[in-house]
Amino acid sequence: MDILTPKTHKDKVPLVEGIRAGFPSPAEDYVEPTLDLNRYVIKNPASTFYARITGDSMVGDDIHDGDIVVIDKSLEPGDGNIAVCFIDGEFTLKRIKVEKERLLLMPANPKFKPIEITEENHFVVWGIVTYIIKELKGT
Amino acid sequence: MYGLADCNNFFVSCERVFRPDLNGRPVIILSNNDGCVISRSNEAKRIGIKMGQPFYQLKQTIRRYDVTVFSSNYILYGDMSKRVQMTLQSLVPATEVYSIDESFLDLRGIELSKLDDLGHHVSYVVQRNTGIPISVGIAPTKTLAKIASKLCKQYPKLKGSCYMHRSEDIEKVLKKFPIEDVWGIGRRFSAMLQSRSIRTAYDFTQMPMSLVQSLMHVGGVKTWRELRGEPCVEFEEQGRDKQQITVSRSFSKELSDVRDIQQQVALFTSMAAEKLRKQGSVCHDVIVFMFTNRHREDKPQQFVNRLVRLPVSTDSTLELVNVATRTTEELVQAPYEYKKAGVILSDITPKSAVQTVLFDEVDHEKQDRLMRAMDAINKKQGARSVVVASAGFDGVKMNREHLSPNYTSEWGDILVVKG
Repeated sequence: MDILTPKTHKDKVPLVEGIRAGFPSPAEDYVEPTLDLNRYVIKNPASTFYARITGDSMVGDDIHDGDIVVIDKSLEPGDGNIAVCFIDGEFTLKRIKVEKERLLLMPANPKFKPIEITEENHFVVWGIVTYIIKELKGT
Repeated sequence: MYGLADCNNFFVSCERVFRPDLNGRPVIILSNNDGCVISRSNEAKRIGIKMGQPFYQLKQTIRRYDVTVFSSNYILYGDMSKRVQMTLQSLVPATEVYSIDESFLDLRGIELSKLDDLGHHVSYVVQRNTGIPISVGIAPTKTLAKIASKLCKQYPKLKGSCYMHRSEDIEKVLKKFPIEDVWGIGRRFSAMLQSRSIRTAYDFTQMPMSLVQSLMHVGGVKTWRELRGEPCVEFEEQGRDKQQITVSRSFSKELSDVRDIQQQVALFTSMAAEKLRKQGSVCHDVIVFMFTNRHREDKPQQFVNRLVRLPVSTDSTLELVNVATRTTEELVQAPYEYKKAGVILSDITPKSAVQTVLFDEVDHEKQDRLMRAMDAINKKQGARSVVVASAGFDGVKMNREHLSPNYTSEWGDILVVKG
């Protein structure tokens, strides 16, 4: 079966702009903008960043090697959030767990141990993960 | 009341957002061509590295103190600047973007008792949301707000915001504030004032107005009044005009010939200049950048960018294309094959506000007439009936050995996090 796809010209530089010709479409006034994934995924453009994930410590939360996470730095971190953290010179992705006096970074893979944050650690929550972007295999 | 929000060591801070390991360490940013220092972390200032110091003089210091060095990455800094500006706009009634790392805040009409908290809130939210540390100064005039924000940088105890309003406090601050650091004084006037034993901002406020008027004319009197708490420099709220105009495209195939790339860049520049004229603005800075194809791992990779500051702000396609094509020639290097290029027009102001320079080498009036004619023809005959033929110049090859990734504008460059 042949599948015909329209040629896209996204790599071409548009040399001609603003061609005005023909009778204006009567539907013109009713056109709504096409759904924009950015607007769905990004609530706060000024504080949204992306990161690519390597490793498999979070596979239980369905975050795999090669996935891209959407990070919103404007959100205050809380118990249960998945966060990009910076600990002792390294970025790591973990789930935040707050227990009475303790702060833990929880992996989602039995092969990894929870990390307890103590006063000795250089530790910051860099941003909270809001979405995961993954490409499905075989597409 | 007026506020000034000034990003701390902005270029260094932009790099540190994505490299938190560099917090607390000496970091410097180099100018175009890795020539001299244009931004320093506090740690770099402390070991004696000076603003504008040539890079070659620093080799020993860098080794001795393990200083981290970056080439300037204006794509990244421009994006982070936009984020800071957006955040500020969401926090105060109105802002006026003054430069890539400074914005004035219009706080008129806000209850005075709330200003101290507001200043700290602005400082906290900008740092949390963008990662950029910022110093907020709040005072009765713009000139005093600038001084207040400088105090924040000197005194970490103020926690990022300083609300300076009681006249006895202001007097105390001005008595210690060097006259040469006052906004609008400049090198020439500060030398003249110092020769008259005017050393601090306070000394200056004690001069009779008539003397200031005769020595420094209207500008000097404005500064004198502002330091005495009388607002004279109007708040210029930005309308809808864009602060930056970017035109960039991928090429249909990789280009390595300078002429081919220049032609594309000339086209992008013409498009950007047209947008600039449409909104009735002029720009002071032109940034040209280009990338190789990230997906061709078999080929050498490069990202280059350069900012050129024009002597006088302009909206002329001819002038802008001239600068952009010349810069392109300096940026393009063998054996790289470029996939994408772009032009950013920056430091944009309304055309009506352009100050003329005494020895302006360009006949701007003539250029204006030509541009009006060109726009008119293009409007009538279809876009780009009339374009400029790009010119070539001999240029030097650029060094940009320490460039950071484009964390916010290239998918191949985003942060990598261990999961």
